[in-house]
Amino acid sequence: MKWPFVFRRTHTGEPPINDRAFDLLCLTMAMVLGLHTPQLPVWLSGALALTLGLRWWQRRHWPGRMPAYLKLPLLGLLTAAVIFQYQSIFGREPGAALAVGLLILKLLETETPRDVRVGVAFACFALMAALLFNQSMLVTIGVALGLLPALASLRALQPARLPSTLQHELLPALGLLAVSLPLALSAFVLVPRLSSPLWAAPSTPQARIGLSEQMSPGDFVDLLTDDRPALRVSFDGSQPAPAQRYFRAYVMWRYDGRRWDHVGDTREPATVEAQDAITYRISMEPNNQRVLPALDVPLATPAQAKLSADRELVADKPVNEPLNYSVRSALHYRLQPMLDNPSQQRGLQLPAGFNPRTRALATQWRQRFGKDDAAIVQQALTMFHNDNFSYTLSPAALGHDAMDDFLFTTREGFCEHYASAFTVLMRAAGIPARVVTGYQGGYWSTLGDYLLVRQSDAHAWSEVWLSGRGWVRVDPTAAVRPERVNLGATAAAGDQTGGWYRSPWLQNLRNRWDIVNHWWNEGVIGFDAMRQRGLLTPFGVRDTDASTLNLLLAVACVLFACIGLAWALWRKRGNDTLLLALRALERKLGRVKVLRRHSEGPQHYLRRAARALPHKRDELEQLMENYLDLRYAYDEPPADLLKAFRQAVKRFRP
Amino acid sequence: MKREALRRMQLWAEQRLPALTRYRRPESLPIELHRRRIYIVPTGFGFGFTLLLVIMLVGALNYANNAALLLTCLLGAASTASMLVAFRNLDGLRLITIQAGHAVAGQPLTLQLHVESAGRLHQAVYVTIDGQTQAFAIAADGNSRVVLAVTTTRRGWQPLPRIKLWTNWPLGLFRAWSWLYPQQSSLVWPQAEVGGPPPPLPADDLHRRRLHHGEDLAALRDYRAGDPLRHIAWKVSARHHSLLVKDFEQPEGHQAWQLDWRLLSAMDHEARIARLARWLGEAEAKGQRSSLWLPDEEIAPGSGFAHYASCMNALARLP
Repeated sequence: MKWPFVFRRTHTGEPPINDRAFDLLCLTMAMVLGLHTPQLPVWLSGALALTLGLRWWQRRHWPGRMPAYLKLPLLGLLTAAVIFQYQSIFGREPGAALAVGLLILKLLETETPRDVRVGVAFACFALMAALLFNQSMLVTIGVALGLLPALASLRALQPARLPSTLQHELLPALGLLAVSLPLALSAFVLVPRLSSPLWAAPSTPQARIGLSEQMSPGDFVDLLTDDRPALRVSFDGSQPAPAQRYFRAYVMWRYDGRRWDHVGDTREPATVEAQDAITYRISMEPNNQRVLPALDVPLATPAQAKLSADRELVADKPVNEPLNYSVRSALHYRLQPMLDNPSQQRGLQLPAGFNPRTRALATQWRQRFGKDDAAIVQQALTMFHNDNFSYTLSPAALGHDAMDDFLFTTREGFCEHYASAFTVLMRAAGIPARVVTGYQGGYWSTLGDYLLVRQSDAHAWSEVWLSGRGWVRVDPTAAVRPERVNLGATAAAGDQTGGWYRSPWLQNLRNRWDIVNHWWNEGVIGFDAMRQRGLLTPFGVRDTDASTLNLLLAVACVLFACIGLAWALWRKRGNDTLLLALRALERKLGRVKVLRRHSEGPQHYLRRAARALPHKRDELEQLMENYLDLRYAYDEPPADLLKAFRQAVKRFRP
Repeated sequence: MKREALRRMQLWAEQRLPALTRYRRPESLPIELHRRRIYIVPTGFGFGFTLLLVIMLVGALNYANNAALLLTCLLGAASTASMLVAFRNLDGLRLITIQAGHAVAGQPLTLQLHVESAGRLHQAVYVTIDGQTQAFAIAADGNSRVVLAVTTTRRGWQPLPRIKLWTNWPLGLFRAWSWLYPQQSSLVWPQAEVGGPPPPLPADDLHRRRLHHGEDLAALRDYRAGDPLRHIAWKVSARHHSLLVKDFEQPEGHQAWQLDWRLLSAMDHEARIARLARWLGEAEAKGQRSSLWLPDEEIAPGSGFAHYASCMNALARLP
C-alpha cells in the first residue's frame, strides 16, 4: 500500500490532534452541513457529505492531511459549482454555499490544534449564517445543538484529560451553555437594537408559496394543501366569530377573461364609516410580498405600511423576515358609500368576446328583478346553493369561456371558481363588483389565546357595491359549502387533500404544537426595537432609550459576574468542625499579626501566640489544651465539648 | 510627598498582588493556589474568537435577526463562563512536595512534583519549569505526581527555579496561571573528571582479610534475637539444647580505598573534587569499599549507593 503515504502529517512543530477532537470536529461540520441543506442544491450537499465521510474514513485509516494536488482541484471545483449554481459568489445563498463548502474542505487539511480552532470558529459563523435563512425555533435549537460538538472539540484539544466516551464529551459543553443561558438571555433582551441598519440587507427574492397579485381559477390548489402557518393573530378583547374572520389581502379589479389582476392604486384610501373597531396584532410569516393581510377593513395602519385606495395594507418593502404589526379594523362598516365614476366603470369592466351564456343569464336576471341589485345578488347565491354546485379541490379543467363552462357544465370548483364566476355575473348584471383574496378562518388556540391562520386558509370572495351600503362582502363559496366559512378549509375539503398526513388527530396535534412557534415568534423573533423600547412599561417607564438599556445591560453583567465569581470562589468546606474552629482562631490571631507558619503545629503556634499576647496568655493556653485534648484524647470528640470549644473561639478577642 | 505616595502605592500593591511581589520571594511548601495568586488573560485564540463574536453581533443586529443575536449572546456568555472554569481549574491546587533526584552538574535533574487537589476535578493543567512543560490531570480528591527535569550547570546547592502552573481549560480561550517559588534547593553533585590515574592503594595491611557478611557458610553460632528464621540450622539445632544459626561470611576481595583530599594538594580546587568524584564513581561501579577524607569531614569506609550518595553530597557541599 504505497499511496496512503501521500497523507503527510504536520510539518509545523505542533503535534497532531487526537482522534476524538477530529471526530467531534467532523460531527460539527456534519451539523453545519445538515442545517444548511435546505438552502443548498441537493447535489452539492450530497457531494459535500460524501467528502466529509471520505475524509473521516481516510484519517481513521491513514492519518495525515490531504496533499495539495488533491485539495486545490477540489477548491476550484467548489468555486465552479457555486458559480454554476448561482451565477455569482456574492450574496446570501452563494455565500453560504461557499462557506459550507470551504469548511468541509478545511477538514481535509485539519491536523493540528490550530486547524481545529480555526475550523470551530468558522463553523460557529456558518451556524449563525443558517439562521439568516430560517429563524424558526427548530432551526435555532438545531444551531444551538451544533454548538455542542464545536465546543466539545475545543475541549478535546486539551492535554491530560480524564478519559470519557464521545457522548460524555458533549455533556460538559451542554452544561456550559446551560449555565450561560441566563446571561445570554438578559444580554439578548438588553442589547440595544439598531433603529436603522448600518448597511442594507441584501434582498433576495425567493419563490415562496402564498397569495399573489393574480388569481385565476385553479391557482390556489397548491396553497390549499399547504398547511404552513401564514399569520398568527392575537386580539385585544374577544376574537371575532368564525364567520367574520375574513383577512383581506388583495383587491382585484382587472379581468381579462381568464385571470384577475391586482392593480396598485395609490390614491387616497376610500372613505369608511366604521360602526365598531377591533384591535389586534398579527405576526406574519415572510412571503416576499408587500401586501399585509388585515381583518376586514383596516382603519389605522402600522408604522411600516400604508393604506391603498382599496384599503389594503401595503408595506414599505417586501416582507422577507417574520413581521409583527398591529392594526385596528372595522367589522361593521360602510365602505365607500359614494362610488366615483371611474371606479364604477372599472367595477363593471368585462372583456369582450368571453362567456356569452353568463352574460345572457345576468341580463335575464336584471330584467327579472329590475333595479333591485340586492335581489340579483341573492338570486346568484341561491343558484349556487340549489343548482347542484359542488366544492372540490380537483375540479375539471375549464375552456375558453371559463365561466360559461363552470356555471353551465362542470359546476365544481373551490373558492376561486365561485368568487370569479359570481363577480363576472354581477358585472354582467351591471353591479360593480371585484374579487378579493386573503385568508378566511383559522384555528383558535385557547391555550395561546391566538388565531393560527395557515396557507391552506387562503380564500377568495367578492365585494359588490350596493347603493347606500357601499362595498358589501359576498362569499359565494359559503352558499355552496357553509362549512368552509364556519369550520375552515380542512373541514370543507373533507378527505380530498388526502393521506394520513391530514388525519384529524395529526392536524389537531399540529395546531396545538403551533403555540410553541407562536411564542417563539412573539417572544424572540418579534422582539424588535419597538418592543424593546416598551420593555420597562410595567415599571412606569414609557420609552426605554439606548442609554437606559446600556445601563441595564451593565447592571445585568455585573450581577451575573458576581454570581459567577461567587461560584468560582466557592469551595467545599471541610467537615472537620474542630479544624474549622482552629482556622477561625488562626484568622483572629492573624489580624494581630500572629500568623501561623507552615512548619508550626497547633501547640507551637498557640504557645508562640501566648507569648506574643501576654494579656491573653491564660485564655490561649486554655484553648490550646482544649484543642489538643479534643484532637488526641478521643476517637470522636464529644459534641458538647466541641461546642464549648467553638464558643470559646468565638468569644476570643485578641 | 510624591515619594511617600509612591511608597504607599507599592505597599498597597504588595498587599493586593502578592503573586507579583511578595510571593516572588521563596515560600515554603505546601503552596496552595487561591484567588490572590491566579491570573487570567485571553489567549490569542480568545482574542480572535472575540473578534468573530463582535462581527456576528453586528451582523445579527444589522439584519435584525433575533435568533442569530440570541445565538451570539449564548456563545459570548459561554466564552465568559469558560473564564471562570479556567480559574476553578487552578483554584485549590496544592503543591505538597518536590522530590529532587540526584544529578551531576551539567546533566538534567529530575524533579517529582506532588500536586494535590481539594476535592475537585482538575484537567489539562500544565507545569512549566525551566522551559520544560508537562500536562497532568487530577481526579476529584486525588493527587498527581509530575516528573520534570531541570538543567544544572554547577555543583552545590541549587535553588529550584520558579514554577508556573497554568491551564487553557476548557476551551482554550483564556489562560490562567500562577507562579510558585518554593523555598527548596537541591544538591547537585560535582562532575567527575574524564580520565586520570587510579586511586592510590594503601600499601600496609594489604593481606589482612576481614570477615564480611557474605554468601559462604562459615560457622554455626548461638541464636541471637533478630536473626532471620531462615538462617537457623534446624537439623543441627535439634541435636543441641539451643538454637544454632548459620553464620554467613565472605572474605573481602580488596582493601577499602582511602580517598583523601590532602593527597591531591598539587591540584586545583575543582579538579580535586572532580578526581575524587571519579574515584567514588569507580568504587561504586566496582562495588569497592571506600572512605572519603575531606578538609572538614570524613566519611568512614562503606559501599553501596547510600554511601556513594553521602560521599557525593559531601563533595558537592564543599565550598
